[in-house]
Amino acid sequence: MLEVNDLIKDFGGARVIDSARFRVEKDEIVSLIGPNGAGKTTLVNLISGHILPTAGQIKFFHHDITSAPPYQRIKLGVARNFQLTNLFDASSVLENVRVCLFSVYGKLSKMLLPADHYKEITQEALNILEIFDLADKKDLYPTALAEGEKKILDSAMAFALKPTFLLLDEPTSGVATNNKFKVMDTIVSALKKEKIACMIIEHDMDIVLDYTDRVLVISEGRILASGNPREVMDQADVKEILFGIEA
Amino acid sequence: MEYVLIYILNGLYFTSFVFLTSLGLNIILGVMGILNLAHGALYAIGAFVAAWLIGSMFAGMSVLLILAGGLVAAIGIAGACGLLMEISFIRPMYNRTLEYQLLITFGAMLAVEGLIKMIWGGQSYYASAPFVSMGSIEIVGSVYPVYFIFAMVLSFATGFGLWLLLSKTRLGIMLRAISMDREMAQAMGIRIKWFNTLAFALGAGLAGLAGALIIPTTPATLGIGMDPLIRAFIVVVIGGLGSLRGALLGSLIVGETRSFGVAYFPEIELPLLFLVAVVILVVKPEGLFGSK
Amino acid sequence: MDVKSAIRSPKAFVYLAVFVLLLPLANFLSPYQVMLLEAGITLGISALGFNLLLRYTGLLSFGHGALFAVGAYTVGMMYKYFPALYSIEILIPASIIVSMIVAGIFGYICVRHTFIFFAIITMAVSMVIFTLLLKFYHFTGGSDGIHIELPTMLGTSYTGIKRFEFLSGPYYYFLICIFAVCVIVMQGIVNSPFGKTLQSIRDNEVRAEMVGIRVKRYRWYAFLVSGIFTGLGGALYSFINGHVTPELAEWIFSGEIVFMTLLGGFMIFEGPIIGAILFTYLQLYLTSWTEYWQFAMGVILILLVLLLPQGISGGVADLYRKLKKSKTREIS
Repeated sequence: MLEVNDLIKDFGGARVIDSARFRVEKDEIVSLIGPNGAGKTTLVNLISGHILPTAGQIKFFHHDITSAPPYQRIKLGVARNFQLTNLFDASSVLENVRVCLFSVYGKLSKMLLPADHYKEITQEALNILEIFDLADKKDLYPTALAEGEKKILDSAMAFALKPTFLLLDEPTSGVATNNKFKVMDTIVSALKKEKIACMIIEHDMDIVLDYTDRVLVISEGRILASGNPREVMDQADVKEILFGIEA
Repeated sequence: MEYVLIYILNGLYFTSFVFLTSLGLNIILGVMGILNLAHGALYAIGAFVAAWLIGSMFAGMSVLLILAGGLVAAIGIAGACGLLMEISFIRPMYNRTLEYQLLITFGAMLAVEGLIKMIWGGQSYYASAPFVSMGSIEIVGSVYPVYFIFAMVLSFATGFGLWLLLSKTRLGIMLRAISMDREMAQAMGIRIKWFNTLAFALGAGLAGLAGALIIPTTPATLGIGMDPLIRAFIVVVIGGLGSLRGALLGSLIVGETRSFGVAYFPEIELPLLFLVAVVILVVKPEGLFGSK
Repeated sequence: MDVKSAIRSPKAFVYLAVFVLLLPLANFLSPYQVMLLEAGITLGISALGFNLLLRYTGLLSFGHGALFAVGAYTVGMMYKYFPALYSIEILIPASIIVSMIVAGIFGYICVRHTFIFFAIITMAVSMVIFTLLLKFYHFTGGSDGIHIELPTMLGTSYTGIKRFEFLSGPYYYFLICIFAVCVIVMQGIVNSPFGKTLQSIRDNEVRAEMVGIRVKRYRWYAFLVSGIFTGLGGALYSFINGHVTPELAEWIFSGEIVFMTLLGGFMIFEGPIIGAILFTYLQLYLTSWTEYWQFAMGVILILLVLLLPQGISGGVADLYRKLKKSKTREIS
């Protein structure tokens, strides 16, 4: 469903993404791994339309979304979270999720009735918070949440956009270690239930191995390897890049 | 045809004032990130101080001497006002949001204009002695006042001096470092607080000089600083933040448009200038020479 | 809170109480006091519009005076060029439409910018409008401005009636009703999905873009709505003042709109209204008290910003919270 062709992104003189080429298929959960500065987040920024590429092409189903504005990509079903949590700090937790739903249902410009009048949408926002275990925090402001909860809320907002393809940039960073797998269980079961394809940036190799169908290895802006997580991780060159182990 | 040359010269003369005023506005905006709405009021202080000294206090002394005295006093007093303003109520604004920063300089504008009215009353002050005594020369068949030339030379010399200060001295380099990246400058150990004060006082002094310089040709009246402020404002928009070259070019556009505008299309001179400013902001938000 | 519970909320009762108290007030106040109150209310409607940008969208406009002037001049121009249509039922919609058109162009230019650049460009655009009003005197009356006649209202002509009689009579009730409508509509807007969208943009522009909000477009919508309220305030003000001049479009007046909004406290919905009414009285009493009113105004403004950063309403709310806290402490 997602097809990235020879994607290039230059920042100043530096080539951050260098002829990246890969596909993500329907219902697939792919992990994107690589050392710091390899271009992982830049790739997410490019696919979500946060920044535009220097050259190359991004296709989603049969649409060319290379230079489409973010709102069009979201309409087509591409949503993302942020690695460094990026929330609406002056709105309640519920409000954070609900505005995403207003966006999906095309209600953003409704100015005659109060937001609370849209009971079904409010209920749906509550349901999403329920799934992500944030329902009892719905009236708090994000600043009052723990780091890990903020992170989860960030993912919940991306989920609320009802994507068919979700980009998750380190969804468990900041989440307490003993809670990481629970969070991943929640996310993955929600993905499976709604049949959402997903690309997850992750540092934790256990999560990569346990939760993802396929792994993409990126280094210095190039996609080096793609395939079954266990097989790819055994490759000597991948080991060297990821762990600095000389083969 | 010979008029055209005179218009150009007049334009340069207008340019010199706009240039001085906008330099001050630009330095404050560049270093502190604050748009100083009280800049016109500081200009007015310079104008009143100079008019008062030249017109009444120093009457009878050598003309050049009293002019020099008036200019220096104007710079000093306007600069001191700027210093006081900065320390007393601009400083607490560093960490406040934009609307409060703008509003406090708006309040300062009202207060200073009111203060001028208190000190000098509502009447106008005339001090044309330097203008008259300098006489005039003939330029391609037209009579041209020497004072105009004096004012131009002085303004552009001040601009040049400022350029030297900003580009060749340690102080100037630090000021520029702050305007480029405040946090970085702070991390490097530059004491931003005092540089802010210095920038504000310097800007105020420049406004004072511009106000004083116009006095031999225009009486000091209440509200004298309003028109220069909005023109300096246009220059900053056209020239961009923190660029001397931009300020010069912007001033030239504003000054020459005024000179030719007054002669050929008085009705639309000012709307046209604002329109130019708006178009530039739309096309190139950082100004013609601005760096961003 | 849906519509039903909004109507039953304590706030709605307070609104209703204020409305009921305001209605007969014209009979108890001197005509002069009524005029002041009316001027304050019209400025309040404008400041309410201004605050939709500042509080709810995070944009500081330094050019709203021009939109106020557009509303006011629409009334003047209608009298000058279409005297047959000079009735308030036509003038109000006309000024709304004209304000919307001007705000549309004005906003389209400005919403590409934020922060200080937005303040600067709104100021520049407003000065274009100011200079046009000033220089095209054949059309606009130049610096003399335009005299505003009393309009026909519901078919009744008020020619020959003194202005203050008109103002403390029929116009007062009309204005109070319009004011009520404006407050309810704006209250609705800020609580609607649209209002929430604007607040999201104010809060975090990057994320807003990434949840599918077209940030610039919504800023533009906000500017439109804001411009309509401000222009409507200008139109309503013109009848009270009896005269409109280009100064309304000058940046000084735009600054005063910022002042009144922050005086009342922009973080609270009703703050701008309170601020506008206070500002009107403050300005009047200062000008009649001292010839140095400008100085006094400046000093008050500086002190306000330094000492009462949340404005009057914010200060009162703070005080209330402190009192409540100390009381609960006493009990416990």
